[in-house]
Amino acid sequence: METPALILVTIVWSAVTLITGFFFYKVLTIKPNPEPDSFSDNDEESN
Amino acid sequence: MAQTEAAGWGSRIGLILAMAGNAVGLGNFLRFPAQAIENGGGAFIIPYLVCFLLMGLPLLFVEWSMGRYGGKFKQHSTPFIFDSMGKAPYWKYFGVFGIFTNIAVAAFYCYLESWALSWAYYSVAGTFTGMSQAEVTGFFQNYIELGTSHPVVFWLICLLLNTWILSRGLSGGVEKVAKIGMPLLLVFGLILGVTGITMQAGTGGEGPINDGIVGLNYLWNPDFSSIWSFDVWVAAAGQIFFTLSLGMGSIHCYASYLNSKEDIALNAMSAGWMNEFVEVVLGSMIIIPISIGYLGIDAVSEMVSGGSGLGIGFAVLPKLFADWGGFGAVAGVMWFGLLFFAGITSSLAMGTPVMGFLADNFGWKQKNAAWMFGLVIMLLGIPAVLSQDAFNEFDYWAGTIALVIFALVEIVLFAWVFGMDKGWKEINTGADIKVPVIFKFIIQYVSPVFLLVVFIGAVPGIIENATKETSFYGWLARFLLVGLFIGISILVYIASKKNSSTKLY
Repeated sequence: METPALILVTIVWSAVTLITGFFFYKVLTIKPNPEPDSFSDNDEESN
Repeated sequence: MAQTEAAGWGSRIGLILAMAGNAVGLGNFLRFPAQAIENGGGAFIIPYLVCFLLMGLPLLFVEWSMGRYGGKFKQHSTPFIFDSMGKAPYWKYFGVFGIFTNIAVAAFYCYLESWALSWAYYSVAGTFTGMSQAEVTGFFQNYIELGTSHPVVFWLICLLLNTWILSRGLSGGVEKVAKIGMPLLLVFGLILGVTGITMQAGTGGEGPINDGIVGLNYLWNPDFSSIWSFDVWVAAAGQIFFTLSLGMGSIHCYASYLNSKEDIALNAMSAGWMNEFVEVVLGSMIIIPISIGYLGIDAVSEMVSGGSGLGIGFAVLPKLFADWGGFGAVAGVMWFGLLFFAGITSSLAMGTPVMGFLADNFGWKQKNAAWMFGLVIMLLGIPAVLSQDAFNEFDYWAGTIALVIFALVEIVLFAWVFGMDKGWKEINTGADIKVPVIFKFIIQYVSPVFLLVVFIGAVPGIIENATKETSFYGWLARFLLVGLFIGISILVYIASKKNSSTKLY
């Protein structure tokens, strides 16, 4: 494989794979936000 | 994840897989590599990633937050999501695009999806075994020219399957398909991709003429002069639109079933980047390395001119897989299976805004709305099945131009009418990650200008296509598209009159 193609494919594939993995890992491991427990928290803002 | 109403998501992972499935389509595997070769090889990735950062991600944030915002008012389709964000009465008519595009694109997309289903069946049945390349190409030509009843049969099966899954609702239908289809797609893609790039050239005239790495090198070898071409940037922006399913209204619909305080920032990033992984990594490992391995660079570069990759995917790969011996049938099923999963997870996403619109505004039950969607796309799809001209009209006006117009309107509505401060607060409400503040500037200033430039760049093509002579079926498709848009607008008008006293915003 020619050097420019090899460098480009290595950088792009690594970056895309790591970023995708990072966000997916966060989704799997992050704790869900606690449910709102007061009336004021439950109030929705309207336009 | 809290389930806010009867029609809702069962789990966060299900939502992300469904959103990623919505984005991942046939284009990730067929169109992206063809576009890259046509537009500078590896250098195409530079405008492509710039467009992803300046237009793709900002629009993902905008569409997710618009959807969740509309969901607070029990609205799950863009006409009334837009209506809840802008006080002027005309915004809802721009939102019509978010239903129109889904119906019109589903009408021809389900037909393409049915090709993948039928080719998976032919791979299992061993139809391509023993055929020469000319025979496989002839078989494909005969199929698309309706020389057999199979295209219609598989198309109807595909429509029925889509409708049945949609009738089972989000968590009971769409989410289940995404949870099965997306992991299988990733596994099939990885197996085929690794096989493709590690393929060794044969000896003594047997097997491939090039190593798989030759094709990978051809695809990624950069021609940096191409990044100064305006056409290359328009192609990159177009690819980002197609690949992320932006400007369609389906992301709004899926996000509208979220609780108003649930995260959208991390969800949007996760689904968006998963699509990029499938496109940039898996999408560049399969059709080009395998086809160049067997056919050589000249033959393949001629086949991808036009930038679709459909010919290689359906007319060339079956023969090459057949040369892989026992593994060939399995490879065929994996390839067409992954294309089918990519297709069906996208077409299901096109049905949900229509169902949401009918349920929210006319009180339709989920099952009835799903069958109505199935019936409408079947009737609209007939010209696209019968004629390539009609297919192209649907693809151009609904699958290309409508997306850009809709995206331009929605970003103006979000950033300038609803207001960027309120919009930024929406994006960050319940966020599990900190969205870099630079995106506030990008959404308000950069993305609208970017989209305007893309739209202006498309104007000569719009004039050319609008004035171009076409066949009877081409005219029929144009007539149907105009009629569809007017019909949905009338329904929106009726719904707005009907619900004016009960709306929640």
